[in-house]
Amino acid sequence: MISIEQLYKSYGKLEVLKGISLEFDTPGRISAILGPNGSGKTTLMKSILGMVLPDKGDIKVDGKSVKGQWAYRKRIDYLPQIARFPENLRVRELIAFLHDLRHSDTREKELIERFGLEPHLDKKLGNLSGGTKQKVNLVLAFMYDSPMLILDEPTSGLDPIALLRLKDLILEEKSRGKLILITTHIMNFVEEMADEIVFLLEGNIYFRGKTEELKTRFHEPSLERAIARVLGEKKINGHSFKLVNELVS
Amino acid sequence: MKKIFQYTLFDLIRSRWSLFYLGFFLLLTIVLLSFSGGVSKVIISLMNVVLILCPLIATMFGVMYAYNSREFTELLLAQPIRRTSIFGGQYLGLGVSQSLSLLIGIGGPFLFYGLFRSGEIWNFSILLVNGVLLTFIFSGLAFLIALRNENRIRGFGLAILSWLFFAVIYDGILLLTLVLFREYPIESLALGLSLFNPIDLSRILILLKLDISALMGYTGAVFQRFLGSGLGMSLALGMLLLWIGLPALGIRWVALRKDF
Amino acid sequence: MAIEVCPTCPVSSIVQAVEMAEPGEEIVVRGGTYREGNIAIKKSIQLRGVDFPVVDGENQYEIFTIQAPGVTIEGFRLINAGKSTLVDMAAIRVDHQRHFSICGNEIQNAQFAIYLAYATDGIVEDNFLEGEAQDEISSGNGVHCWYARRLFIANNTILRHRDGIYLEFTDSSRIIGNWSEHNVRYGLHFMFSNNDVYNDNTFLNNGAGVAVMFSKKIGMYRNRFERNWGTASYALLLKEIYDADLQHNLFISNTIGILMEGATRIEYKNNLFLSNGWAIQMTGGCIDNHFTENAFVSNSQDMVVNSSVNNNTFDGNYWSEYAGYDLDRDGFGDVPHRPVKLFSYITSQTPEAIVLLRSFFVDLLNFAEKVSPVLTPANVLDNKPLLQQPTT
Repeated sequence: MISIEQLYKSYGKLEVLKGISLEFDTPGRISAILGPNGSGKTTLMKSILGMVLPDKGDIKVDGKSVKGQWAYRKRIDYLPQIARFPENLRVRELIAFLHDLRHSDTREKELIERFGLEPHLDKKLGNLSGGTKQKVNLVLAFMYDSPMLILDEPTSGLDPIALLRLKDLILEEKSRGKLILITTHIMNFVEEMADEIVFLLEGNIYFRGKTEELKTRFHEPSLERAIARVLGEKKINGHSFKLVNELVS
Repeated sequence: MKKIFQYTLFDLIRSRWSLFYLGFFLLLTIVLLSFSGGVSKVIISLMNVVLILCPLIATMFGVMYAYNSREFTELLLAQPIRRTSIFGGQYLGLGVSQSLSLLIGIGGPFLFYGLFRSGEIWNFSILLVNGVLLTFIFSGLAFLIALRNENRIRGFGLAILSWLFFAVIYDGILLLTLVLFREYPIESLALGLSLFNPIDLSRILILLKLDISALMGYTGAVFQRFLGSGLGMSLALGMLLLWIGLPALGIRWVALRKDF
Repeated sequence: MAIEVCPTCPVSSIVQAVEMAEPGEEIVVRGGTYREGNIAIKKSIQLRGVDFPVVDGENQYEIFTIQAPGVTIEGFRLINAGKSTLVDMAAIRVDHQRHFSICGNEIQNAQFAIYLAYATDGIVEDNFLEGEAQDEISSGNGVHCWYARRLFIANNTILRHRDGIYLEFTDSSRIIGNWSEHNVRYGLHFMFSNNDVYNDNTFLNNGAGVAVMFSKKIGMYRNRFERNWGTASYALLLKEIYDADLQHNLFISNTIGILMEGATRIEYKNNLFLSNGWAIQMTGGCIDNHFTENAFVSNSQDMVVNSSVNNNTFDGNYWSEYAGYDLDRDGFGDVPHRPVKLFSYITSQTPEAIVLLRSFFVDLLNFAEKVSPVLTPANVLDNKPLLQQPTT
């Protein structure tokens, strides 16, 4: 479904991706892409969506290179990290707008119910709280019902109930055979949801495998601690990492 | 592109800024029409407003919009739409929303005062056309600057500076050049340099209507040819359209290559 | 009984009729074309055209030469009067005569249409004079007056001559209600003429509107000067003149409204200057010019003063540029108005700078200069600027 071959990207002198190759080809699997800030997670996801243009390498979605293409994005839903929308549109209008943009069937009604957005539909987006905006964000991301899902920090700003509903929703999508990529800093969320972890470090894949594998390899009871160990080891090996705390916190 | 344009316009015309801008023009025009002697005087007063304020507001509005819509633009970029459609639609929405404020704000009171039947209609139209052209030019420039500069402070600074340059500094340099080299044949230089500043171009287009008496008084043959025929008007209009095209192409160029 | 002339009448020639006529008799010329060379009129007779008889000068002859007092020429259409570069040839010439009347004629492509030399107490009225002037050298004037007195020149239309009406050494005359358009030099031109009045005339699109030069006591009332455009063109030139009076004139869309050089003791009242390039240009030696209740509206520049100011006053005019206020509500602005701007000074030094007219930068410069005058004359001031435009 998504295959990445030898992907390089640098911003000026800063090399962010150093020849990453990855395949996501199992429907119904949730992959968590982890790594400290600046490790290239967001760049990788944005490359798949064509928002970042790689220097070298190729990305194929359903077997076709995405270079210079845009129509393939019909098959991917994306949840951006920051939920900010045109301030003077009403929630209803924004949803209608995104519905208009793609001519596919959408299921916003069901999602609005699920996240309890009905009372907010006629409010202007500029007047919504952060949590409500994130719910709108979720509706917009999930409404197209595409076979692939890319979620960037899906949990930010959500109250516990909404978070629970989101988890249910993701699991439902998984059971419907969707391919799901998630980045997050919340390790509990990863442990609970993800089938596998792709751990990026300094623009390379440091680890890919099941959560359990990572935990057992480092003899740690939790993923959080396992990852702290990963970063700690790197430090012992002579690399400098100031990012441990950031990641863990 | 059409949908992006529609919704951008829909969003922007309801923004506080648009309403403020509209209100400002309405108030200004009504006050001018009610309290000043004649329509031609109102048009001259409005000319300065249009030449200076339209670019300034377009600049501010353009930069602000580009930065504020940054995250939503990312969401749009992840949709199955061409990049050119996204930025083209946003740019058009930006230009059209301000043009509407301008047209309604100035045109409304004129309509109300029944001046469309007066002889000033042409002077008035040329004023509005120039306002719209300048709005598009400076929205485009500001949008381009914002796209090229991730740093908002820097982007704002550059945009304001570009406005200041075209609105004030350029004419200062031009005047200084003309005065310093007045011993030499400089009429082509004077005209030529004016063509490179959109605000000067607009001003000359309006002058061709309002101040033709004074312009015809100047001795030079190049001036006479430029001003006396339709050549001046066509050339100035053509250059203004070019001035719209260049930033628009710039936006396209940057948009196609930029990482978001 | 009048003598009747027509191509099929017993008398078919105007010359013949003139010969036959007794002094005081009337000759009626019916429609038709007459080619009779020069027609010299040496008796006090009246010639009246009916149905516009055409008299053709065949590009060779002066058509009518009036050499007797009390002659009337009325209702003729005169074409192809002779042209010469050596002598001034006219369609109708009056030479050393009085009490003539030239009315309702149509004169086409003459060099000089009506030439009045040493003429007094004559009337030139309701004529339509259309020349073919291309340049000043080869052309002549519509109505040319030389050493004339007490003329009444009214309601004529004069197109495409050198000067529409030219007066030299012509005194005590009135020029009323004429329409002067497309003349290559001036619509109306005074030289060494005194005590004349012109009023209610229109001067449109001439090389320059009216030139009043080396003359005294000229009254100028309710005339309209419009679109006299061009390089250093003007609506009205006042050069070396004394004791003139200008009231209720309209100056609209001219390159320069009034250009003054050596104008002395002149009153300007209730004139309107609208949309001119420069309303007033005052150059050397203008003394005792007084402007009151004039309106300066939407001119590119209201005033240029190139000389030191000698007892000229500008108080009590309306300036659309004026940005002051009237707190005491007496109808006059509380702050004096300075009609001369820095930019006027700059363009007089560097004419090309006109491309920066109305630029924001120029406004800033003008403002700075207004606050503290350095280059512009500090005493060109309207101390009592009107807030309401006076009716003109």
